[in-house]
Order: sequence, then structure tokens, then C-alpha cells
Amino acid sequence: MEFLYYMGDVFTPINFGLLLLGTIGGLILGATPGLSPTMAVALLIPFTFKLEPQQGLILLGAAYTSTVAGGAVSAILLKIPGAPANIATTLDGHTMATKGEGAKALQLSFIASAIGGLFGVFLLIFLTPVLAQWALAFGPSHLFWLAILGVTVIGTLDSSSVVKGLLSGCIGLWLATIGFDDIMGAQRFIFHPAVSGGINVIPALIGLFAIPQVITMFTKGRRNDDAEVINVKKHPIRLAFVEVFKRKTALAIGTITGSIIGLIPGVGGQIAGLVAYDQSKKFSKESDKFGTGHSEGVIAAESANNAMVGPSLVPLLTLSIPGSPTAAVLLGGLLIHGIFPGPDLFMNYPQVAWTFIDSMLIGQLLMCIFGLYIAGLAASVARVPHAVMAAIVLGLAVFGSYSVQNSMGDVYVMATLGLGMYFLERFGFSAAPLVLGLILGPIAEANFIQGSMIANATVGKATYFFTGWLNWLLILIVSASIAYSVWMEIMARRYTTKDDAVAKEEALS
Amino acid sequence: MTDLPRNQHIFASGLIAAVGVSIAYISFTQEPADAFIFPRLISSVFAVLAIWTFGKAILGRTKVGNGISYDAMRNMLPGLIVAIIYVYWAAKAFGFYTATAIAFFILLSLYDPSPHSELKSWGKRLLITAGFIAVMYGLFAQLLNVFTPQEIFF
Repeated sequence: MEFLYYMGDVFTPINFGLLLLGTIGGLILGATPGLSPTMAVALLIPFTFKLEPQQGLILLGAAYTSTVAGGAVSAILLKIPGAPANIATTLDGHTMATKGEGAKALQLSFIASAIGGLFGVFLLIFLTPVLAQWALAFGPSHLFWLAILGVTVIGTLDSSSVVKGLLSGCIGLWLATIGFDDIMGAQRFIFHPAVSGGINVIPALIGLFAIPQVITMFTKGRRNDDAEVINVKKHPIRLAFVEVFKRKTALAIGTITGSIIGLIPGVGGQIAGLVAYDQSKKFSKESDKFGTGHSEGVIAAESANNAMVGPSLVPLLTLSIPGSPTAAVLLGGLLIHGIFPGPDLFMNYPQVAWTFIDSMLIGQLLMCIFGLYIAGLAASVARVPHAVMAAIVLGLAVFGSYSVQNSMGDVYVMATLGLGMYFLERFGFSAAPLVLGLILGPIAEANFIQGSMIANATVGKATYFFTGWLNWLLILIVSASIAYSVWMEIMARRYTTKDDAVAKEEALS
Repeated sequence: MTDLPRNQHIFASGLIAAVGVSIAYISFTQEPADAFIFPRLISSVFAVLAIWTFGKAILGRTKVGNGISYDAMRNMLPGLIVAIIYVYWAAKAFGFYTATAIAFFILLSLYDPSPHSELKSWGKRLLITAGFIAVMYGLFAQLLNVFTPQEIFF
């Protein structure tokens, strides 16, 4: 119950103010189509430099939580999901809005999000210390395999193509080796003075997530794609609470599905909502009503989206392995304050860790309260023309990456990686494994070198890295994730025509 | 798959394969060898996967990624040129705030759907640009104390 001890720290004026700012800002950013939660959090990192570590994390955590929920506003009122995680919400939420039940749909989505989110954070609270204790026994070989596991699981599960996913991971791992070698001091792949100190993670994250979005907005040209915001009629909030608790099965399915999916590195919120929606439809007594503006569809999808937020941070806080791109960005937020997460995080920085987790708990409640009141404003912001949005994001990316070390080199790195990532994405590569490779590369290398030294002095490399039940387990999971993804890819090709694949790609892009 | 994406896939995967092979070559030839143990491991996998992807592209078996259509290329090119000039040259040469204001205004003018013939549209663009720069100055120069090259003026 250590989390209760630090609960008071959340309510200091600055911490609570930042929590409010992150929550309200996140709701508005989340409602803006084209601004993914990952990109929003990445753009916010430079604003945390001047803050204390826990204050910075409170801001980033609140933004992460509320951008996921805020995406429901544009999904319901504009039929444009604010983030990929809100696709399932559009199915019933927008239909409810067109029937004049927009306020009800928004209320259901925020209440379900808060309940799912609270469950997810409690899972984070109770699982993290247990796993952290267990992770203390990990040696260099295990940490090496864990880092490889992080890259391969995301590379295989998060990408449309297994080979391209793994290749993205390799590009990230290679980028991480640029600069001076830590042990020998040798120069590696320094082809421009801007990268002589290696690639700084923050500008890289900003570039990889923000610049492809900017270019995608450019590709739309001068098209006027103003969506019509549906007006909402008042709906008593008490009835929304009654409705949510009346739909217990959908709420439970959404919450549990989201939590489980959140725990699996690489799977993330993109599919949590869709899987929960699908499962809820299967178990519902009114399955024929799904897609026609049924409240269960909104409740299942939104509770799942936010339930996955807490569990997705478990691998990050216990093993220093970010389980999702947004967790990778949060890791960047920790690293700039000199804090490296891992099993000893709760011993060395208990105040930072617990205040952050507690703030996510309170953040869920604030998100529910403010979400209900500022939904209308958020929907108006969601109509900001893409020309304005592209220019704003570009400006923020340049200023944000420069402010990391007051270096133009970081701006060049940000722009070059972002430009490259846009073109890679157009050819089926994904940013998530690349980012994970970039972040986990130094962990993998340091533990590989350390493990090799121990192995050379004792049992030899092969025995050290390939024997022992934990090594076997990790290698098995790496192999299984690759095998499973290859199998799924083969099956998908068997049942999918080329035209279907092209249509799916277009929809995703 | 039409010829456009197929040719693009061949070009893109060929480029990635070339990078992969170059990295592998550098990793295996540079000294001290101990500093390149991990890059050798990574680059070997990188090169193999990149060549595999290139082979699939040549055989026309690439299943994911639609490449870039002519329309998308035509639309993005002006913005991309402005962004590249802004990031790689103007920000340092003109000062961050001046360059950002110019780039922001040009991008708005290029992509804002409001008609160019109306004076009101130009006024709106100027106002948005001025508002954005004021916010950026307040946030970065005043709040975060970030000293950018040349600051506001030349």
C-alpha cells in the first residue's frame, strides 16, 4: 500500500496544477485528428526540462491518459477518430450522435474510460512491485534477451509485415550504435558532426512521430475537409452512470480485454478497442444492435482503450522495456531527468515512481469530470484546418528538439529521421519497432558486452547466453512472437486479396 | 500492384539494402574489432532482411505499403521544400522566430483552403502566424529560457 503514502504529493499546488493542465490539454490534443497520443507526449517532453522529475512525469502521464480518452470526442461528434485507438468508438458513438444522443455517447465514453483506466492503474500499482522484485534477479544475458524481446515483439506484432517490422527494429538498433563506443571510445558510423555524440532520443522521438504526420497533412493539399460537428442535446449524467453499470458485461469485457492487451508489449491500444468491441458483441444479448448506435459498443471500446494505459507501463517501470511507443516516449521523459527505470526504480526513486502512478489514478477521475464539460470545446479544436496544424507541429518540433541541448545538430537529426520515417512508412515500415530499437539498443549492447566478459571468464558465450530456464523462456517468447506473426501473415494472405490489402493500407494511412 | 508502387518499392528497398550492406561492410572492416562486435551482430541481420525485402520487391511480391501517388507527391512537394529550407538553413541564418514566422505564413498560404483572392484570408493567416509566434516566444524564450540562434532578428 506504498502508493497511499505518496498520494498527498499529487495534491501540492504545482503537481495538481500540472495534472489539470495535462488532463485538459490532453483531452483537446486527443480530440484533434492527426495528433496521436504518442506524438502529443513527444512534443510535450521539452516543456518538462525545467520541472522536477515527478512533475514532468505527472504532466506526461496526464497527457497520455487523456489524449487516449479525448480521441473519443472527434470519433463521436465528427466521425473522425482522434487516434487509431478510437476507431471502434466511431462505430456506435457517431451513430448515437446522429440520433441526437451525442451527449449520452460522450458521457458513456468518459465514464467507461475512467472505470477502465482506474482498473488499469490499479493493475499497474499491484503488479509493478511484484515484477520489480522478480526482475532484480535478472543478469546481463536475461536483460540482453529482454531488450531483443522488446524489439522483436513490437516489430512482429505491430507491423503489417514481419520482415519489415524486424528490419525497422534493426534500423533502430543500428542508429543506437552511432557515436562513440562506451568501452573502447572508438568512433562508430559518425558520418556527420551532428551525430558525433550519438543520436539523442528526444529529438529522434519528436522527428519519428511528428514529421511524418506533418508531411501526411501536406499530401492533402488545399483540400477543405471540414467535418460537420454534430450538436449535442443535454442528457442527465445520472442516467449515463446508470446505463454504464446496467451494461456490466460490456464494461467488464472492455476493462479486462484492455488490461490484458496493455500488458503485452507491442500490441497496445490500437487494437484494444476493436478486440473489446468484437468480444462484447459476441457475448451480448443484443448483438444485432451493435453498429446501430448501441451504448454497449461505446462502453466496451472506451473502457478497453483506457484500461490498457496502466498495464502498458508495467514492462517499462519494472524491466526498463517500453511496451508501447508512448511508453518509449515516457522513458525519454525519465531519461532526460537522469532516471533510468528498472527493478530498482522503486528503491532509488520511490517518490518519483509512486507520485507518477498516483497522479495517473487521480488523472482518470479528472479526465472523466473535465471530459464531460469540455467535449464541445475539444470538438471545435478538432476542426482546426490541417494547414494550421501542420505548421504548428513543425514549429513545435523544431523548437522542441533544439531546446533539448541548445543544438542545431538535434534539429537536423529530428528532421532527417522524420523525413526518412515518412518514406519508410509509405513502404510498409513502422515507427514503433524503430523507436524501440533506438531506445533498447544501448541496453542490449551494454548487457551483451558485460555478458560476453562474464562468459569469457567463466562458461563461454554459448552456454552463458543460451542456457538457463530464463534465457530459454525469453528466447522461446522471441521465437514464438516471430512464428506467430509469420503464421498470421500467411493466413491473412490466403484469405485476403491484393485489393483488400491495398484498401486496408489506404484506410490505415 | 501498379507499376508506380512497384518501381518505388524496388527503389526504396534497394536503397535500404545498400545501406544495410554498407553498414555490415563498415562493421566488419573497421578497427578496433571489439568496438564493433554488437554492430556486426545487428548489421548482419539488417543486411539479410534488407536483401530479402529487396528480392521480394524485384519479384513484385511486396504486399504492404502503397508508395506515394503522383497526387500526394504534387501536394507535398511545395510544403516539403519550404520545411527543408526552414529547418536546414533559414532557422539558423534568419533566427528561429523570424524563420518560423516566414515558414509558418508560407505554409498557411500554400495549404489553407481559404481563397487567395480575399483580403480577409490573408489577414486571418497573418493573425494566426503572429499569434503562434507570440505563443512560441512566450513558451520557449520567456518560460523555458531557451536561447535560440540569432533569437528574433537577423
